[in-house]
Amino acid sequence: MDYFKYDLAALHALLVKKELSVSDLVKETFKSIETREADVSAFVTLNEKQALSQAAKLDQQGIAQDNVLFGIPLGIKDNIVTQDLKTTAASRILENFKPIYNATVMDKLNAAAMITVGKTNMDEFAMGGSTETSAFKITKNAWDRTKVPGGSSGGSAAAVAAGEIVASLGTDTGGSIRQPASFNGIVGVKPTYGRVSRYGLIAFASSLDQIGPLTRSVKDNALILNAISGVDPHDSTSAAREVPDFTAKLDGNIQKMRIAVPKEYMGEGIAPEVRAAIKKAITTFEKLGAVVDEVSLPHSQYGIPVYYIIASSEASSNLQRFDGIRYGFRAQDVKNLEDVYVKSRSAGFGDEVKRRIMLGTFSLSAGTYDAFFKKAAQVRTLICRDFARVFADYDLILGPTTPTPAFGLGEDTKDPVTMYMNDILTVPVNLAGLPGMSLPAGFTNGLPIGMQLIANHFDEETMYRAGYAFEQATDYHKEVPTFGGQN
Amino acid sequence: MNFETTIGLEVHIEMKTNSKAFSPAPVQYGAAPNTNTNVVDWGYPGVLPTVNKGAVEFGMRAALALNCEITKDTHFDRKNYFYPDNPKAYQITQAQEPIGRNGWIEIEVDGHKKKIGIEEMHVEEDAGKNTHSPDGYSYVDLNRQGTPLIEIVSKPDISSADEAYAYLVRLRQIVQFTGVSDVKMEEGSMRADVNVSVRPIGSEKMGTKTEMKNLNSFEHVRKGAHYEARRQERLLLAGKSIQQETRRFDEASGETVLMRVKEGASDYRYFPEPDIPPLHISDEWIQQVKDSIPEMPDKRRAKYVTEWGIPEYDAGVLTQTKEMSDFFEAAVAQGAQPKLAANWLMGEVNAYLNTNKLDLLETKLTPEHLATMIKLIEDGTISSKIAKKVFKEIITNGSEPKNWVEEKGLVQLSDPQVLEPIITAVLDDNQKSIEDYQNGKGRAIGFLVGQIMKQTHGKANPKIVNKLLIKNLKER
Repeated sequence: MDYFKYDLAALHALLVKKELSVSDLVKETFKSIETREADVSAFVTLNEKQALSQAAKLDQQGIAQDNVLFGIPLGIKDNIVTQDLKTTAASRILENFKPIYNATVMDKLNAAAMITVGKTNMDEFAMGGSTETSAFKITKNAWDRTKVPGGSSGGSAAAVAAGEIVASLGTDTGGSIRQPASFNGIVGVKPTYGRVSRYGLIAFASSLDQIGPLTRSVKDNALILNAISGVDPHDSTSAAREVPDFTAKLDGNIQKMRIAVPKEYMGEGIAPEVRAAIKKAITTFEKLGAVVDEVSLPHSQYGIPVYYIIASSEASSNLQRFDGIRYGFRAQDVKNLEDVYVKSRSAGFGDEVKRRIMLGTFSLSAGTYDAFFKKAAQVRTLICRDFARVFADYDLILGPTTPTPAFGLGEDTKDPVTMYMNDILTVPVNLAGLPGMSLPAGFTNGLPIGMQLIANHFDEETMYRAGYAFEQATDYHKEVPTFGGQN
Repeated sequence: MNFETTIGLEVHIEMKTNSKAFSPAPVQYGAAPNTNTNVVDWGYPGVLPTVNKGAVEFGMRAALALNCEITKDTHFDRKNYFYPDNPKAYQITQAQEPIGRNGWIEIEVDGHKKKIGIEEMHVEEDAGKNTHSPDGYSYVDLNRQGTPLIEIVSKPDISSADEAYAYLVRLRQIVQFTGVSDVKMEEGSMRADVNVSVRPIGSEKMGTKTEMKNLNSFEHVRKGAHYEARRQERLLLAGKSIQQETRRFDEASGETVLMRVKEGASDYRYFPEPDIPPLHISDEWIQQVKDSIPEMPDKRRAKYVTEWGIPEYDAGVLTQTKEMSDFFEAAVAQGAQPKLAANWLMGEVNAYLNTNKLDLLETKLTPEHLATMIKLIEDGTISSKIAKKVFKEIITNGSEPKNWVEEKGLVQLSDPQVLEPIITAVLDDNQKSIEDYQNGKGRAIGFLVGQIMKQTHGKANPKIVNKLLIKNLKER
């Protein structure tokens, strides 16, 4: 299946016109996965048998003409719990874990008759920005196989960018959807905190995590978000708010839209070619009739330390349940209970996860809580206020998604701090619980450059509207990576 | 040197909600291991807690009944520690903003009334249960995991073992009357951690305290606290010092035994539970919960004395437990004369419960049947002697008293036309007794009544028999 040629609406048309059955589509999808996996290694588990039997059932049932998602195959990040389908969070500690229940988003996608073709690779427990902390395999950037795909949703991004699938779900705690979307030249959205249920998402940092879609087009992205949004009685942090049709305002009209560009997002540390691409994007927006001003988010400079303290603290607590007692990996040759804990966790977790558990444990300890966790929580409030002040006057914030395009495999893992700095433009959005989108805004040396749009709480509509207008006015999304000398 | 004792109590009480504090699994005592659990209780990957609003309301109810101020902006916190009965490796509790603060209850010891302060009261979840089997394995039962608890922390106002005992009795009584818990000690639904320290009288500085954990008998608390205070005094008098330690009360010897010495405080790395949004409690909500609290024992006691003419002591006994008080009020509502109902409950009923080691609600006795039986006595249908038979029947077999009395032919004979011929016949057969009576030997009457009762199989109304007998004797 050539997913470079078809978006969701086009695939749906093929199914409706019976030019293709759901079973054909799923078979074709596994064919394209088979050919491209050698290049990108995006999946950790494939679900071929189950997907084909589901497709056969859907064919029997007949295509639902009013459901554009009907029978569409998609990939699911491996930290989203899928019933009877291995869910590992790319960690040894869950290597053979087959959940007995479905995440709420999976129930919703199943209700929409979408088909899970496999689970995508990621950084272990979503901790990392290159998918290199996965315990199982190295995923590669779809555009340049010597570069990282970004992370932590690197598998979800590479699979879509490589045309293996049309859409995937990722999760974003500090940029884990937007950064790999940016590195792979696709559209990735982190919804407002509370927009999508977290029930069944293996928690990294509970106050920051959100599930969101990765797609090749803005409209496809909005369609998937339509399907997974909404309040969930299983998640008290999900918002009891009406979910609008995110595709309703995709008309290209952004006249008089007020867009703010934080000067902190365009300053030192941002690669010149990235800055140039964003400046060009600003011109495009102005040509489309938007009003663009420079603003300041003065506390964004504290985003990285605040994020790494809060996220690691929550993670240190969330990951304690992996103790070898009830499920997952358990070390053998143990002498006593403490030995079970220590040996199972020592062997089950990778270095980056251990580093963050230690950082979080330290930040929450009696003697350091006030100086670390509490202080970080206070600064988080200041970061939220920065955004609130800007959104009092503006509809949207615009900037780069990442300071640089994709870096080389193995380049940054040696120095965690350099890797953490890569998140500088994305983490404030999670800290403030805002929705953010990355979409293609240029290329440098054959590598995509991503632009980030940030909207006010629960105003994904404005974000999609602006993203769509920009996409229609530019050709970046039409570029595709090459495989084996051909597209 | 004379010492004063300071006792602090941390009491956990399980709520009787239908479902758990943070999951929809049922709360039920005595079910087969791990049957009342779901993925949330297992701490399964990806699951999230959701707050049982009923548990929060029960918490508010208990806090209000304990005269606490309600914390209007409250939240839950995580208390982190590893243990197999704690599947998430953290307990959801309230560390920073307990739902209730600065409460008090009044106790009475040897006729002296005293207010004991309550530092704070919060809502949290219980852990599961580990069992260590002789087969070498340890077994984890997560049925109890997530059961909602209230924890009540006293101020250091308790100054003797007897006061500690009275505090627990009073606490149990109040919580029971709120309907938040049945407080069944034998099911471990009320457990106390006891801190004891002593200091020379007049000393400003508190002594070093020792702790006994998880006691589920008031008597053990009393004996343990008493022993512990004396032990500490002996050590101090011998010039030794107290070390901060956890001790166990040994039932057999009545002594406390060292378990472990505390080396610094444990670090539970408390922080606000990010999976549950903060809770704002409005004035309206507080009022609603206030209005839902059943009548408390003190109010009931006053009502019994002033409105129903029950003696002060009896009213106190009847309000010891909610079960008894509710039963008493229901019997009165069914038409039983309050004084008679009180006498039966405190006399025959209590005796029956003690002999058979039962709770009131475990018997077949209903307030309605008790009221019916009392009415049968009052209107002369049955004698008090027969009443004892009836009582035994209705409390053991649950028979309807009126039907049973009729069925068994136990209705009292009060009709003079029926009784006269029997009396005449007895007198005719006992000429000697008539002579005795006439010679002033009053005893003869007793003998004659006995004979009449024998003839009537105990059913004759003794009052009427007496009256008729004397009339007949005088006529002879």
